[in-house]
Amino acid sequence: MTAVSTQLSFFDTRKGLFSWIFSVDHKRIALLYLYSLITFFLVGVTLGLLMRYELLNPGKDLVEAKTYNQIFTLHGVIMIFLFIIPSIPAVFGNFFLPIMLGTDDVSFPKLNLLSWWVYIVGALMALSTLVFGDGPADTGWTFYAPYSVKTGTNVTMSVLAAFVLGFSSILTGLNFIVTIHRLRTPGMTFLKMPLFAWALYATSWIQLLATPIIGITLLMITAERVLGVGLFDPSIGGDPILYQHLFWIYSHPAVYIMALPAFGVISEMLPTFSQRTIFGYKAIAFSSLAIAFVGYFIWGHHMFTSGMSGTARFIFSMLTFLVAIPTAIKVFNWVATLYKGSINVQPPLLYTLAFIFQFMIGGFTGLVLGALATDIHLHDTYFVVGHFHYVMFGGTGFAFFGALHYWYPKIWGRMYNITMANIAFVIFFIGFNMLYFPMLIVGLMGMPRRYYDYLPEFHLPNMISTYGSWVLATGLILMLANLAAGFFKKGPKVGRNPWNGITLEWQTLSPPPVQNFDRMPEIPLNGPYDFENKPAIKE
Amino acid sequence: MEHLSGFVLPNSGHNRDDEASKMGMWLFLFTELLLFGGLFIVYMVYRMLNHEAFLLSSFELNVTLGTINTVVLLVSSMTIAMAITAIQKGDKKTSVRLLLTTLGLSLVFLVIKYFEWSAKIHHGLFPGMDFYNNLPKGEALFFFLYFIMTGLHALHIIIGAVLIGVVVHRTRQNKVNQEKYALTENAGLYWHLVDLIWIYLFPLFYLIH
Ligand code: HEM
Ligand SMILES: [Cu+2]
Repeated sequence: MTAVSTQLSFFDTRKGLFSWIFSVDHKRIALLYLYSLITFFLVGVTLGLLMRYELLNPGKDLVEAKTYNQIFTLHGVIMIFLFIIPSIPAVFGNFFLPIMLGTDDVSFPKLNLLSWWVYIVGALMALSTLVFGDGPADTGWTFYAPYSVKTGTNVTMSVLAAFVLGFSSILTGLNFIVTIHRLRTPGMTFLKMPLFAWALYATSWIQLLATPIIGITLLMITAERVLGVGLFDPSIGGDPILYQHLFWIYSHPAVYIMALPAFGVISEMLPTFSQRTIFGYKAIAFSSLAIAFVGYFIWGHHMFTSGMSGTARFIFSMLTFLVAIPTAIKVFNWVATLYKGSINVQPPLLYTLAFIFQFMIGGFTGLVLGALATDIHLHDTYFVVGHFHYVMFGGTGFAFFGALHYWYPKIWGRMYNITMANIAFVIFFIGFNMLYFPMLIVGLMGMPRRYYDYLPEFHLPNMISTYGSWVLATGLILMLANLAAGFFKKGPKVGRNPWNGITLEWQTLSPPPVQNFDRMPEIPLNGPYDFENKPAIKE
Repeated sequence: MEHLSGFVLPNSGHNRDDEASKMGMWLFLFTELLLFGGLFIVYMVYRMLNHEAFLLSSFELNVTLGTINTVVLLVSSMTIAMAITAIQKGDKKTSVRLLLTTLGLSLVFLVIKYFEWSAKIHHGLFPGMDFYNNLPKGEALFFFLYFIMTGLHALHIIIGAVLIGVVVHRTRQNKVNQEKYALTENAGLYWHLVDLIWIYLFPLFYLIH
């Protein structure tokens, strides 16, 4: 065949719905993930807004107590298992890992497609509880026993959904590890890989080594419900603390499944928008591995108040503080990267800076919760809700949207309206902090989480928080509407390298052709961010 | 892939890469180990809490049948390893024969397991049955773990057997041959894992002293 097909973008080679939902092209699978993720995210946001509306005033505004419990459970399940865990790896990892390594696909393209289908099946199972059975679970996304064994709501289906979704996550992780080992372009050693690839590498190992544990634990909950065996329910001889251990053995490392990929995209955007090499490449790369490793041994910090020996508490608390070290190393390196760079303020950089700011609040409040004495006071209050939204939403969520703004021109070959993106960002940022900062305060004041009602003295912060949720929603709608242009093929076309980036994806066409490159990619001489020896890019 | 015309990268994800598929299998085996690992943790905790009851219940299990099954699996691990050596030497006939032997042994294992299970179920020891529901808590836990762990293991035997069947079919079609036998190797790896898990299950349930 001719060279024409090399120039044809991956959008244009084949048409029709089936050419998408059965595609084995990593780029199309990435976009399938993107569209499904955003859909579920919007469902989750709607549930969040409903909760905030209920909490606008003390007393009942909108829903019954039980309905409220079901809403926050479904909100948690959707946001954790359907949005934030797959988010960056499944969308940007799938799309860009092979391109950044200079190859044309992942090692197992068919498994990749399978992982998306498994994800969709899991998602439909989770959402099916809205319609079938005795209503969505009302246990919280943690499914703590014994309540999860006793409640009449459809816990079985929610739990099985989480099991299936875990399987999808394992398939993605496995694929990435093998791809990174086998498909790097000639000359790209491990230490010349972009940091995003490093972050995905560490993440994939966690996905692989932690997910099976929650899988089997959730199956045990199902067995206990169906067969009535006393595994976790003390009234029939079980041990509820054991459940908490098993749950957090997965779910704490899962926090790093959410956070590490975000660190990865931040480490890509910073060099591009300060036009200089990243400060401390190796420190950032290896601190990801260190976090992944230490992150395995600190699950107990979720259980300081549920019955553990003093020694165990002390050790878990100390190890928790240890993780702060590699995390802080990253933050210092990022900030140092900006120093004396030629900074180009664009929407992705704004998201990056917001990430650093908000993730730091999330991290510091995490230390407050990791300290034994303060945690006794703050456990199960709104302080925790504020903390994990700062980490997951203010951190990973913002990194996700930043990445979307960053790689958008590469994916669609067009540019969004920059002014509009900046305005949307400012509203989104203000809304976010208005929504969650008051939660930290009201938590310190002692307001417990997971209630549809509260005492009158907590009224003011709750009101601000609810107004904040409306501001945030406005920013979100503006942002997505601005970005939707790409989907509808609007907006000015861009060349190969609109941001003057250096990693390999900027050497190919925008959007890339099916086989990713129309000529052999060239790697810079001294590592991936060697701006001094940046290969010249011909259009 | 018909699109891969024009410029093609040397390090394409669509090239044949036996190393990659073996690495993929190894990673998958890690996840399997951890899946059972979760159950082993639960077993350990409850055995510590209910030492007497676990000991008592283990006498209900048939050590002879358990031992026979252990031997059956060990031999089957050997035959599949030999099948891999045979295909490496280009001896497809022997390879297929050895694979079929492995398949036969897996059936023997399942038949024996079937008789063990039905005897227990006959005595009402399956979770949810009347007799089971009246057992002391420790013993009930023992039998629950026995059924869930050996059941999950048996499921793996069945998956492994199907995989071996596929390898036999592919070898006969000459899609697996002396140049290309990663599939046989992967089936072998999987089978060794299934075997390994049984090696742990057997003493934990049958040989408590
Ligand atoms: C508009 C956006 C959002 C709003 C208004 C919102 C609001 C809320 C509120 C009010 C709660 C506390 C419920 C309670 O304890 O009574 C909550 C819980 C939660 N949220 Fe969000 N949230 C939003 C986005 C997110 C995102 C993006 C994530 C994850 C990335 C997330 C993850 C969670 C989780 C895991 C819980 C805990 C559920 C549980 O207690 O079981 N939320 N959210
Ligand atoms: Cu944790």
